[in-house]
Amino acid sequence: MSGSGEPKIRIRGLHKAFGAKSVLRGVDLDIGAGESMVVIGGSGTGKSVTVKCALGIVEPDRGSILIDGVESVGLKGAAREAVNARMGMLFQGGALFDSLSVWENVAFGLVAAGQRTRREAKPVAVETLAQVGLGPEVAELMPAELSGGMQKRVALARAIAARPDIIFFDEPTTGLDPIMADVINDLIVECVRKLGATALSITHDMASARKIADRIAMLHEGRIVWSGAVADIDASGNEFVDQFIHGRASGPIRMAVRG
Amino acid sequence: MNPLAAIGRAFLALLEAIGRLVLFAFAAVTHIVRPPFYPRILLRQMVDIGYYSLPVVALTTLFSGMVLALQSHTGFARFSAEGAVAGVVSLAITRELAPVLAGLMVAGRVGASMAAEIGTMRVTEQIDALSTLSTDPMKFLVAPRILAGFAMLPLLVLVGDVIGIFGGYIVGIYKLDFGAAAYIDQTWRFVETIDVVSGLVKAAVFGFLVTLMGCYHGYRSEGGAQGVGRAATNAVVSSAILILVFNYIITELFFAK
Repeated sequence: MSGSGEPKIRIRGLHKAFGAKSVLRGVDLDIGAGESMVVIGGSGTGKSVTVKCALGIVEPDRGSILIDGVESVGLKGAAREAVNARMGMLFQGGALFDSLSVWENVAFGLVAAGQRTRREAKPVAVETLAQVGLGPEVAELMPAELSGGMQKRVALARAIAARPDIIFFDEPTTGLDPIMADVINDLIVECVRKLGATALSITHDMASARKIADRIAMLHEGRIVWSGAVADIDASGNEFVDQFIHGRASGPIRMAVRG
Repeated sequence: MNPLAAIGRAFLALLEAIGRLVLFAFAAVTHIVRPPFYPRILLRQMVDIGYYSLPVVALTTLFSGMVLALQSHTGFARFSAEGAVAGVVSLAITRELAPVLAGLMVAGRVGASMAAEIGTMRVTEQIDALSTLSTDPMKFLVAPRILAGFAMLPLLVLVGDVIGIFGGYIVGIYKLDFGAAAYIDQTWRFVETIDVVSGLVKAAVFGFLVTLMGCYHGYRSEGGAQGVGRAATNAVVSSAILILVFNYIITELFFAK
């Protein structure tokens, strides 16, 4: 939490349904400035929808998302673009633009926001790639020529290229081997610390959560059922958290066989 | 199940689909005229739609002109009116065949690939990524494609007009034993400006429709690879139907007495 007591991101009473399926049922969450919050939870509990609501990709049915005290729900056009220009997002599958080269992907946000011309943006992209451990020879490659781990690094570079003060990470280690997952976790911690950014990550990988989180919140059936410091999670006293972090099939969480 | 209720539901679903498409088209058109503009993407789309469709449109109109000359000669010979072949070929090519065939060919070649490309971007979250990078996907993906289709189809049809008439000329001269000068003279005397202009107007409308349907179905695709495949199929089928419907409407507007 920031020193002033005002959270960087304040989510209150967030509701979202898709047809008859109610995904978010009143999410409340505070994330302080410079804090790394990780939201854990099973598949289909609304983690991705929460982040997409914060980014304006999904319009919530009701509820509030305050960013630096300013309401972001319902913003359109230039107002939404101005808010999003301060945010970075690492998508689960990378979501790299496959018709653009690696450096064009990394520089995309800089050029789109008018911060840099294409010519100016290229060295910034190469420098940002270096921050995630990729050499300049990678810059001219196309995303399809990269391994999964390299694609994740490029996606991370794209997320941090514009020096955002809020970064979202959607399942950053999904699909990676344990060693590459740990490399990505280290990069996330390092990049967030260097930028002094506020981070909201969603994952069901507990090793990743323990590594990158200052605080952890657990989302279950569209509500936050527990939140606390990462050091407290093993003694949370919450039966949902206990079942989830130990990966037990028996317990209060019943996994839906069908979506 | 109440059959009336089922009919009502289907009718409401149809109205809803039409409403969604009209709103999408309106949003796309407004994005075409409002900055920021993406000239590099527009140029790439113009090359893809115009230049790379040239061979298929040229071949289609060439052979259509040739077969039209042959068939019309067979028909007109019964009334000793073989002299009308050149005029009929040029009228049919400029008014109908070049715009409709070019529209259908571009629908198959470009509409399907647009739907597949944008659909893949949708299911791999690339469209969401655009939104997070200060870029409106409608402006970046849809507007340049629709503008390129609207601008390039008339150029393709103009080329198709020339090649189609040339196809009829080849058959007329080398197979039906017309004199070259007489054939060309007949063509000039029959074709009026309005014939060519109506074909070009049709082409512009078809270009708009084909790219609109490609973008619309791609943009709304969901459900992974199967959804992308369905989007490509829907784009081609709906484009083809709309081309034929609007072909009649525009013909009626131009030529109905």
